[in-house]
Amino acid sequence: MKEAGVKAWLPSLLRLALVVLLIAFVTNPGWFEPLLKPLTESNAPAIYNQGSLLTLTLLHLRTVLIATVAATIVAVALAILVTRPAGVEFLPLSRSLVNIGQTFPPVAVLALAVPAVGFGEKPTLIALFLYGLLPIFENALTGLTTLPANVVEAARGAGMTGWQRLVKVELPLSAPIILGGIRLSVVISLATATIGSTVAARTLGEVIIAGLLSNNLAFVLQGGLIVAALAVLIYDGLSAIERYTARRMGQETA
Amino acid sequence: MIEIEGITKRYDATTVVDDVSMVIEPRTIVVIVGTSGSGKTTLLRMINRLVEPTAGVIRLDGADNRSLPGYELRRSIGYAIQGHGLFPHRTVAQNIATVPVLLGWDAARIKRRVDELMTLYQLDPQAFGPRYPHELSGGQQQRVGVARALAAEPNVLLMDEPFGALDPIIRNKAQEDLLAIQKRFGTTIILVTHDMEEAVHMGDKIAVMDAGKLVQYAKPAEILAKPASAFVETLVGASEKPFRLLSLGRVRDAVETGTAEGEAIPGDASQRDALAELLWSGRPALPVKGADGKPLGRVTVGGLVKRAARPA
Amino acid sequence: MTVRFDKLGVVIAAIVAYAAFAAPFATFRANRIVPGEARSILEALPAATGSPLLAVIVAAALIALLKTPLIMRLAAGVVALAALALLIGVAGSFLTPEGNTFARISPASGFWLLIFAFTLLLADVLTRLNLSPWARIGVLVVAAAAIGMLLVSGSWNSLSILKEYANRADSFWAEASKHVTLALGSLAAAVIAGLPLGILCHRVEKLRAGVLNVLNIIQTIPSIALFGLLIAPLGWVATHVPGAASLGIRGIGTAPAFVALFLYSLLPVVANTVVGLAGVPRAANDAARGMGMTERQRLFGVEFPLAFPVILTGIRIVLVQNIGLTTIAALIGGGGFGVFVFQGVGQTAMDLVLLGAVPTVALAFPAAIILDAVIEMTSTGRREAQPA
Repeated sequence: MKEAGVKAWLPSLLRLALVVLLIAFVTNPGWFEPLLKPLTESNAPAIYNQGSLLTLTLLHLRTVLIATVAATIVAVALAILVTRPAGVEFLPLSRSLVNIGQTFPPVAVLALAVPAVGFGEKPTLIALFLYGLLPIFENALTGLTTLPANVVEAARGAGMTGWQRLVKVELPLSAPIILGGIRLSVVISLATATIGSTVAARTLGEVIIAGLLSNNLAFVLQGGLIVAALAVLIYDGLSAIERYTARRMGQETA
Repeated sequence: MIEIEGITKRYDATTVVDDVSMVIEPRTIVVIVGTSGSGKTTLLRMINRLVEPTAGVIRLDGADNRSLPGYELRRSIGYAIQGHGLFPHRTVAQNIATVPVLLGWDAARIKRRVDELMTLYQLDPQAFGPRYPHELSGGQQQRVGVARALAAEPNVLLMDEPFGALDPIIRNKAQEDLLAIQKRFGTTIILVTHDMEEAVHMGDKIAVMDAGKLVQYAKPAEILAKPASAFVETLVGASEKPFRLLSLGRVRDAVETGTAEGEAIPGDASQRDALAELLWSGRPALPVKGADGKPLGRVTVGGLVKRAARPA
Repeated sequence: MTVRFDKLGVVIAAIVAYAAFAAPFATFRANRIVPGEARSILEALPAATGSPLLAVIVAAALIALLKTPLIMRLAAGVVALAALALLIGVAGSFLTPEGNTFARISPASGFWLLIFAFTLLLADVLTRLNLSPWARIGVLVVAAAAIGMLLVSGSWNSLSILKEYANRADSFWAEASKHVTLALGSLAAAVIAGLPLGILCHRVEKLRAGVLNVLNIIQTIPSIALFGLLIAPLGWVATHVPGAASLGIRGIGTAPAFVALFLYSLLPVVANTVVGLAGVPRAANDAARGMGMTERQRLFGVEFPLAFPVILTGIRIVLVQNIGLTTIAALIGGGGFGVFVFQGVGQTAMDLVLLGAVPTVALAFPAAIILDAVIEMTSTGRREAQPA
């Protein structure tokens, strides 16, 4: 009994430890200096010294958050549009566009956005927004087009209007799948945002690139690990929300 | 001949098949009946060693089935399962040719055999051979599944709920086809089902399994007449018993002398069908005709009712 | 007869109207770094071609706007795109002052929007035509041939991106071959390692969750960090393992890029192999065993062919992803088209960025179309039969 208890709690404990570690690292990176020191050469600094890690982490998260919220609103709205009778003729085209869109590499999108909006956070936001759109749109489309036919039929039979069906039946039922798309999109964005620093966006990529340029492995490692830890935690958190909504719906989790 | 001796299968602490012994005569159909979880499928799968027994021996024509590597043994035994298990990426002809190809037959012989089996199963080789399984109806898929199992002319055919996925009308047809083919090739068939109706209809002998044990192994009439336990009794279905008994007999065996009015019933129809027809039409007797159409006599309600009574 | 509008056509016509009349068609710059001056269609083209181009564009937009037969829409899209492609080259030579080698002419937002609008029209037509896989590859080949001919004929040579190319034609092809080698090589390595690993994960349930979790976590590490992190171990290998350095293994350069791309590629290959094998119908597997196939015969004769389309989908994901990620290899000296992108970003020379970004997209896009077509070809006739 006891052993099973430990096993069940272990993942949560690990996550909690990761959260604590992450917060400790970005607020007091000095504590970890001895760990990273061996990775540096000729007395280079072991902790990023051209800006606060905490600020960069928060800026990184802010960039991802803004891009994801915008991408979610637009992607879900578009998915709703092409699954309504009025927009249904756009459905095949929108599918092809999503397919085509996914072949554009994030770096290319980022670089191509610079001439239009200049350097800094803006091109990063555009790239993250465009790149984030695709998984959410695709999942929303899947969710809205694979609803159990009998449930939609029943909603229609109960006399719901199109709007009521959408808000009370279709969206709640496809919520877990849409959340899955958002989760994918966030994880991609967290990693892609680091590339934004090549066009002067202030994200954790700054730390990694500084490390690459000055051949300082400690920088590369700390930047990379913070982003990876953020991604793992956010991925986990969103998965938990997804499972919760799916359970409430009585659906199996994939 | 298949001799099963003290066969047992245990997974950890659970005994799935418990010390089963039985002998299956060549050229007969034995039906293994039981509820789900009774161990009937496991018993079947131990014959071709898809499952290795924990204890006991199975001999095919005197030879221990472990004297060959499992895959070679299985190539010599036909195997058909519920939902047919056709390979979706291979055409019908390729599916049927599976075991002959494994056995290394030459192409001409394989083609001959595939064409022969498809014709036998009323599937035009030209039209159906190059099709993929998903392009066939459920009944056609099932027929291809059995044809594939028979492709290498096995002496023994194992069938696990082969008709389970079919609707009643197609199922009847499939059962009749199988009986005809068994008669033609003389294959020994061991068939697993949970449907007592099917067991009585198909089996020369019926083996009833419950919780891993062989509860009764006997001819259908005996199972109906003298169920060995309360479990067999339930499985047989008390209210169905007389009708199942009648379904075992043919009309020609119940013919009495005399004549009757109306449409004649064929001599090889089942006595159950004859009684149903009598009751439905409200007549006391029906004329019986032979396969050549000549009158054989008549069957009466009274005569059939006597035959439906518990045998002494 | 009532006039009926096509819904998508309304969108296309609106974009075309804005792009043709309000947005600049081309940008003129005195040299490669200074800000540009906008030129409209009529300013950018000689009078004899400017008005006809406008006429073609307006006509094509009208065909898109109204409900017209598919074949007509197809023709309108093709003609409009061809006219735009030809005339942007004409604009290049027209706007370049005689004998001036510093001036840069590049397509501007109006041109790109027009291209986008008519591509949308064509994409819609092609989607509605529901082409077979071979036909789709055919369309791709025709389009590639047309673009290739325009490039070879030199009619675009006066455009800024090709001037950048002319300045570094040698290094362009060297980086191109590095890019392709890195992207395809790491994919090949991932397939060679990932397939057996996937099969193993399918067979040994205990391994599955562990392996997939580790690969999942690797995917969350940002690519530039993973590239950087591999510098240290590979540098160590290069100096400490005899012979490693002569194989080209170095701390920076191609080796860490290759390893990082390989690691990223493993997850889709392994995960899709596992999913594909798990999707093989139980009954087919049981029948295969029951008919006396050996483990090897079952793997290669039944499981593998049935899982193949799913595995191929994983390979498609990896290929497209690798072509994009390889651009980042340039940051650690791994070469590839990223060299031009990052140089261009550094010099704020957007033409140079385009010289890196456009070929990357030009590789990824056909790769996706071809693999999608192959996946569809291998999946037909193999859908699992539904029991009646």
